[in-house]
Amino acid sequence: MSTLLEVSGVSVTFDGFRAINNLSFQIGKAELRAIIGPNGAGKTTFMDIVTGKTKPDEGRVLWGEKSVSLLKMSEAKIAQAGIGRKFQKPTVFEDQSVQDNLMMALKKNRSPMSVLFFRATDADMDQVADLATQIGLGDQLYRKSGELSHGQKQWLEIGMLLAQDPRLLLVDEPAAGMTLAEREQTTSILVEAAKTRAVVVVEHDMEFVRRLNCKVTVLHEGSVLAEGSLDHVTANQDVIDVYLGR
Amino acid sequence: MNTHKSFVMRNPSVLYFLAMLALFTLGVTLLAEGTGTGLISTSFVKTLGKTLCLCLIAIAMDLVWGYCGILSLGHFAFFGLGGYMIGMWLMYERTRLIVTDALAQAEIPPTPQEIVDGIGTQIFGVVGSNEFPLIWSFAHSLTIQLILVVLVPGILALVFGWLAFRSRVTGVYLSILTQAMTLALSLYLFQNESGLRGNNGLSGLQNLPGLDDVPQSTVSIWFLWASAVALGLGYILAAWIVSGKFGSVVRGIRDNEARVRFLGYSVETYKLFIFTVTACIAGIAGALYYPQAGIINPAEIAPIASIYLAVWVAIGGRGRLYGAVIGAAFVSLISTWFTGGQAPDINLGFYTVQWVDWWLIVLGMSFVLVTLFAPKGIGGLVDLWIDRRAPARHGADLGPDDGSLREKEASE
Amino acid sequence: MKNLLIALFALILSCASASAQDTPVQDLLQEHRALIEKSSRKTIGPAIDALARSGLPQMQTVLEAWQAKEIWQRQADGLFFRAEEIDRTTLNLFDLDSGADLGPTPDEDFKQLKPNSGIRAMIGTALVQFQLSDPDPAKRRDALIAIERDPESSLLAPLRASIDSEQDAAIAAQKRRLERLLTIGYDADSAARIAAINDMAGDLGLDVRATLNPLTSSKIMVVSGDVPAEWNVAETLKPGSEDLPAAEAYALLVAGGDALPRIDDDDIRAALIANIQGGSVGGVPVHELDNDDARLTAYAALAEAGVVPATATDADIDDRLAEYTFVRVYDETDPAITTAVEEALKSIEVKVGLNQTLDLTLDALSLASIYFLAAIGLAITFGVMGVINMAHGEFIMMGAYTGYVVQQFVPNHTLSIIIAIPLAFAVTFAAGVLMERLVIRWLYNRPLETLLATFGISIALQQLAKNIFGTQARPLTSPAWLDGSWVMNDIVSISYIRIAIFVLALIFLCVFLFIMKRTRLGLETRAVTQNPRMAASMGINPNRVNMLTFGLGSGIAGIAGVAIGLFAKVTSELGSDYIVQSFMTVVVGGVGNIWGTLAGAAMIGFLQKGIEWFNPSNTLAAQTYMIIFIIIFIQFRPRGIIALKGRAAGD
Repeated sequence: MSTLLEVSGVSVTFDGFRAINNLSFQIGKAELRAIIGPNGAGKTTFMDIVTGKTKPDEGRVLWGEKSVSLLKMSEAKIAQAGIGRKFQKPTVFEDQSVQDNLMMALKKNRSPMSVLFFRATDADMDQVADLATQIGLGDQLYRKSGELSHGQKQWLEIGMLLAQDPRLLLVDEPAAGMTLAEREQTTSILVEAAKTRAVVVVEHDMEFVRRLNCKVTVLHEGSVLAEGSLDHVTANQDVIDVYLGR
Repeated sequence: MNTHKSFVMRNPSVLYFLAMLALFTLGVTLLAEGTGTGLISTSFVKTLGKTLCLCLIAIAMDLVWGYCGILSLGHFAFFGLGGYMIGMWLMYERTRLIVTDALAQAEIPPTPQEIVDGIGTQIFGVVGSNEFPLIWSFAHSLTIQLILVVLVPGILALVFGWLAFRSRVTGVYLSILTQAMTLALSLYLFQNESGLRGNNGLSGLQNLPGLDDVPQSTVSIWFLWASAVALGLGYILAAWIVSGKFGSVVRGIRDNEARVRFLGYSVETYKLFIFTVTACIAGIAGALYYPQAGIINPAEIAPIASIYLAVWVAIGGRGRLYGAVIGAAFVSLISTWFTGGQAPDINLGFYTVQWVDWWLIVLGMSFVLVTLFAPKGIGGLVDLWIDRRAPARHGADLGPDDGSLREKEASE
Repeated sequence: MKNLLIALFALILSCASASAQDTPVQDLLQEHRALIEKSSRKTIGPAIDALARSGLPQMQTVLEAWQAKEIWQRQADGLFFRAEEIDRTTLNLFDLDSGADLGPTPDEDFKQLKPNSGIRAMIGTALVQFQLSDPDPAKRRDALIAIERDPESSLLAPLRASIDSEQDAAIAAQKRRLERLLTIGYDADSAARIAAINDMAGDLGLDVRATLNPLTSSKIMVVSGDVPAEWNVAETLKPGSEDLPAAEAYALLVAGGDALPRIDDDDIRAALIANIQGGSVGGVPVHELDNDDARLTAYAALAEAGVVPATATDADIDDRLAEYTFVRVYDETDPAITTAVEEALKSIEVKVGLNQTLDLTLDALSLASIYFLAAIGLAITFGVMGVINMAHGEFIMMGAYTGYVVQQFVPNHTLSIIIAIPLAFAVTFAAGVLMERLVIRWLYNRPLETLLATFGISIALQQLAKNIFGTQARPLTSPAWLDGSWVMNDIVSISYIRIAIFVLALIFLCVFLFIMKRTRLGLETRAVTQNPRMAASMGINPNRVNMLTFGLGSGIAGIAGVAIGLFAKVTSELGSDYIVQSFMTVVVGGVGNIWGTLAGAAMIGFLQKGIEWFNPSNTLAAQTYMIIFIIIFIQFRPRGIIALKGRAAGD
């Protein structure tokens, strides 16, 4: 399996606090990966680095077949290169309809001029409708997304990610605050997505991770503590120490 | 399907607005001194024409603040620059005609240099000079100056915006920076060395060169029409910009800049686009305003003017174009009424309230009240009328009220 | 009885002197009688000199009396007397040699000497040598001032002579300094002058420069061929260069009669108009005269006909200029002296530059402390609450007006300022708390709306102040002990008010640091700044902290207002004059850090003064460039000089 994203030797310091310490990480082209770790392990900072929000002090972040460095690129360029990110808090544009939200996310030319003269074709409309159906919002297209429930917003955000058609999906705690049924649907959306692209899920909830049934990376104090199947890492003494205390 | 409807269908307010604007303009024309019954004095026609220009810049302000979330305190600088650009031609050309006439009376015909010197002395005599500064190089050409009306504010906005947005200055910081830019520009223009006659400014702009025979009552109607056309076109342009996907992106930037960035849109470029386009609109509005005002000086560009602009838009209602228009028209006309001494004094027995003195206090306080209790402004009344409910928001309190600062600070 | 005795005594004295015929003063006066009687400024010189050099002790009195128009001449014998007019017709005479009172005499036979102002000045100069050794130190100082004001070569010798006998050290030093300066200007010996010049090199006194500068005066001379050897040439000038524009050089030639004048365009035009004949001038039709070439042709034709004087053409001018050498020649003929003077001036210039830098630094420091005072309140509210208070400037104004009102009730300026400072704090603290409670607290997390709402308050307050106090400026008078300046030398000085403001700023810095680091309120404030939710969950009431912080920030603005009011006029626009600079200070300095505000204030203060130094005539330009600089600065440090970094910046 060829590598899509390679992070190697990355460190970042905030005011003397080492949030990420010599972290190395790889993910393939169509792979589902869960990242777990206690609070402050550097999970969110890791995502910030990959999406270009935080610049690391040292290390390399290489992307795609041509191994392009992501460190010199802006957030928008990185997103255009095919990395989508879902935030912990559902962040959709609440003032706009579900359709507008999805249309904005649809993979199209992002330059101001082409956006200004953009007119949605029938194909675009169909694609948006399909996506809405896929995330269970097929009948909510014209509602303001601010009126949606918490879970629906989470799905809308995932839908927007899918509309971007990214090659790598970074998902931060998708199951937070969801009901059991909503979790199941979220799981299936993610597993489905991982068939064609790489998906990285950051999650606290072991139960949810188990449901994803994928390779797990454990972060601790800014570096990788263990990696492997969930059963493998939960048997690891270091992981037990970190999670349960000595 | 929503997006497949025609532009007008999706934006019915544009039609209403254009219809009302046309009715207004026709009505004023029929009642004016120069062209109609004379019920409306020429000076009031000019006031109305100027108000239309103010409505146009209010639309620009609404685009940049109400839709894009950038509280610019610098758009009146662009307005003033537009005025200066057209003012240069008006003043040069009129002075040239006068000087040429005067020299034609002389015993021997003037040399070209004598004409230029004569114009220079006429224009720059007040600042103790008779040399033409470099920036007047194109003042002889109406075409070039008209292009500069758009180009100069546009380029200033482009350079300033590029610097500011590139370094991710947002929110209150950006507001203060735009205010600083305005202050710098007005201070610069206050100097005689600026080449724009220092604090004398440019004057006599109400007289169109070569049209001395046409009475001001007629000229005022011409400008009223021109302003109305510009306002109508500006409104259509703004409505078109904010109606489609571009509008979605721009409002997205207002509500959550970081999210838009992670969707792959270059937020800085979009902001720069809106900032520059609105600066150009402001320049055009200024170019139409100052010939009606007759005089432009650096005091017009002072930071306070730009803040008033924000006040108008806030009172009218941000995030809706007609709100900006209503706000600008309402507040500027009522200000003229109160400060012009027409409003009757109120005698309280122990103290007489003179509106000339108390109007600003009323305006200031009502502005606080609007911000506190009616953040949607006058435009919010329209919502009540057509019973349009705002979405009940869950989760994070997003929306235009927050501007982009909070999101930026919250995520960094 | 006593009077009688004195009169008797005087009579005896006068008889004695008269009998001895010992009247050197009268003799001397008689010797120069013709000149004195003529009383002309041009010829009186030798007479005054003779009197002054006579060495007679009475001469000072005589000269003073002469200067005061108290010398009368008896027509009968031509003798001179000092006389006081008792009434219109009677004089009281005194003998010049003995000083004896000769009693009242009718004035019929006497004629008053009426020296004109020119002569009186000459007498004054002659008197200086006496005054220089006058027993009264005040008179000696006056004499020195007189010399300084009107130096002359003749004063050099008496000045030198008076130095050794001078007892007062300060006056002696003053005399020696003056002696050096006079030596530079008037000594006959070049070596002595050069020595004096070298002595004074590096001295910052304005008097030194006033003495040296005239020695470098020069004029531009024209010569065809070699420059005469006796000329003390400063430099050779090239016509057409910046120092000597071609037109000026040519004007010199014309003035020297060496060249045809260049008739200027206006005169040519006037000459052409005057000579229009039958629709043409000099053969050129009038309607063709719309360019310079045609006009010159016509004029040349007129000149040919002898109607007008010929004019030089541009080509002529160039040719002529090339034939001559233009040199700048010192008026002082001795090159050794001019060289020494130039060098001394250069070394003074270097020192002046250094001292100006020092002066500028002091100015900048004082400006920085004003900005610091004005901005610190803003920085607190912005840093802690993320709230921009546009009405901050009006709080400053409120403080200044509080000071003004206090002075209406408390006439003692020292006392009134002592009362005004805490009162201004109290007033603006209350106003701040009120504003926070009524407006700002409803707008947290909506910074842009806060900005606009506080702007509404700002315009209302400003207009209110205008309605109450009127538009004219109100004085806030500082106590007398703050008047004046601390003068280090002729260049470096700083007013006491500015020093006081600097001290006030330092005090504020310390108080602020104390509150923040050592008090409960400071701890809570810092906690709320860094993480309001966490602070709330730990039992800190963020509402209370916000209220107090806002009050504190506003209160400091009030005190700043009193300080600013002391040197600026108190008007309703006082606040808005400082608000943009305060914003800039906060933005440049960085939010949430007192040291940032300090750094910001220092940077803006120094920057503004620095730019003003480059272009001293134009403070407007200085502000323009400063703002542009700040906009560019923000490019490199978007979060200010001292920025909170990482997660502390607000997660």
